[in-house]
Amino acid sequence: MSFRLLAVLPFIGILLGVPFVNRVEPLVLGMPFVLAWIVMWVVLSSVIMGLVYRFDPANRQGSSGEEVRS
Amino acid sequence: MSSALAIIAAVTLFALYLGIRARHGHDMSLEQWTVGGRSFGTAFVFLLMAGEIYTTFTFLGGSGFAYGKGAPVYYILAYGTLAYILSYWMLPPVWRFAKTHRVVSQPHFFTRKYESASLGVLVAVVDVAALIPYLVLQLKGLGIIVSTASYGAIPSSAAIWIGAAVVTIYVTVSGVRGSAWNSVVKDLLILGIVLFLGIYLPIHYYGGLGQMFHAIDAARPGFLTFPEKGSSVTWFQSTVLLTALGFFMWPHTFGSVFTAKDERIFRRNAIVLPLYQLILLFVFFVGFAAALKVPGLKGGDIDLSLFKLSLATFDPWFVGVIGAAGVLTALVPGSMILTTASTLLANDIYRGLVKRDASDETVARLARFFVPVVAVVAVLFTLHGGETIVALLLMGYSFVTQLFPAVICSLAPRNRATRQGASCGIVVGVAVVAATTLFKLSVGQLMPFLPDALKDVNIGFIALALNVVVFVVVSALTQPQARAEQSRVHTH
Repeated sequence: MSFRLLAVLPFIGILLGVPFVNRVEPLVLGMPFVLAWIVMWVVLSSVIMGLVYRFDPANRQGSSGEEVRS
Repeated sequence: MSSALAIIAAVTLFALYLGIRARHGHDMSLEQWTVGGRSFGTAFVFLLMAGEIYTTFTFLGGSGFAYGKGAPVYYILAYGTLAYILSYWMLPPVWRFAKTHRVVSQPHFFTRKYESASLGVLVAVVDVAALIPYLVLQLKGLGIIVSTASYGAIPSSAAIWIGAAVVTIYVTVSGVRGSAWNSVVKDLLILGIVLFLGIYLPIHYYGGLGQMFHAIDAARPGFLTFPEKGSSVTWFQSTVLLTALGFFMWPHTFGSVFTAKDERIFRRNAIVLPLYQLILLFVFFVGFAAALKVPGLKGGDIDLSLFKLSLATFDPWFVGVIGAAGVLTALVPGSMILTTASTLLANDIYRGLVKRDASDETVARLARFFVPVVAVVAVLFTLHGGETIVALLLMGYSFVTQLFPAVICSLAPRNRATRQGASCGIVVGVAVVAATTLFKLSVGQLMPFLPDALKDVNIGFIALALNVVVFVVVSALTQPQARAEQSRVHTH
């Protein structure tokens, strides 16, 4: 299902993104840029997993226990 | 008795009381003792899983790493996040299988999945080899914390014996329930302390977070970004990926999965746990604040940076509160490791190797008998182990990561992997890890022809790659045999 692809984004952002943002300036929220970038992805991961949880039919009411296999 | 010591003693006694009290109303069968009767709700499972992040390693080591090495510390924040995303899909099927087959430990999971007791024994041996150094690390941290925060009144060896006695008692009585109850207190305390220190210290010493990082960048250019060589960006990428895969393979973390009462808990936790990790950020801030204020700590002493700065900043009673929080960061993960290691020895090594038909009651009794044994072994290692233990610890994480391919394949609706494939893959992976760690080899040394960037790839990848190759090849070769055996089992 397509909503699951969202979960790939943090892997891309953190693993592939860091080489391009490996610098101190500009500070973001007082943090070095590369650290702020990682923190941003941590927060986004949480948001993304929230969306995945919402769209995942496995979490609908009444389907407790039975996982929908794909 | 100083005020710091009084506070540490009071919190330790409270932890002991709570750990024992946790048993109340539950008779301790094997399933109750090891996995809390599979009855824990979102909060307990959350705290047990988060327990993995807030150990003495992160409390002392996280700040020490930031203090001593700078930017590479960022990786700690990244790997947990990716591991939690994976957990959304990985943990529910693990939990379902464990519930159906009444699995109580990680080797037990392998034994049932691959229908092979010897694979279970192999995994149990790998697990124990990884767990004991981890427990030793917790005890070492405990010793450092208590002796520093008590201003030397209690020598670290005495603190280690006392701490080990406390966890032994409450683990023997309450098993995983003791860990769960204490993790509530631990997380509340650590949350408050770390937030306070991480916000207060940069403001107090530098006037603010931005000013602090500007000052560090001016004094030590390059400290706040990944360097060109060594702990470079390539090192970051490979280490984050490798540790994210290994994250849930730690037997005590894997075991905490079994305590949940339903599978939706894991999906819900996957949303919140990444955010919860951000508390580590404040641990880093403490380490960075110490970098310019208490310079000069070298080698293993960098782990003392948080306490050195606290001693220089606060009154003794508050150092006591920090020390007490530090003690709990050692006791709670220590108790989980102790429960897990004892279960492994009794359920998987004894029942798997010595007496296949041992009853659950016998195993439960034996597991509790192993608690003080494991604790004493760990204490002796802590006091007399010297440097070898550091090498063992570095291996621990890479060891458990070798279990990942076999776990993932076993979750597929039709598992093509065979027990022979899984065993050979794990043996090869573990052997490569041991060899490369003991001989201190790096990818750059092994393959000098690689471009510079690739030389910093985490050596663990070589082990995992060889593991996967062997796993796939041996599984392919043993396919027909496995099928024949399976049909024989079915005709029984």
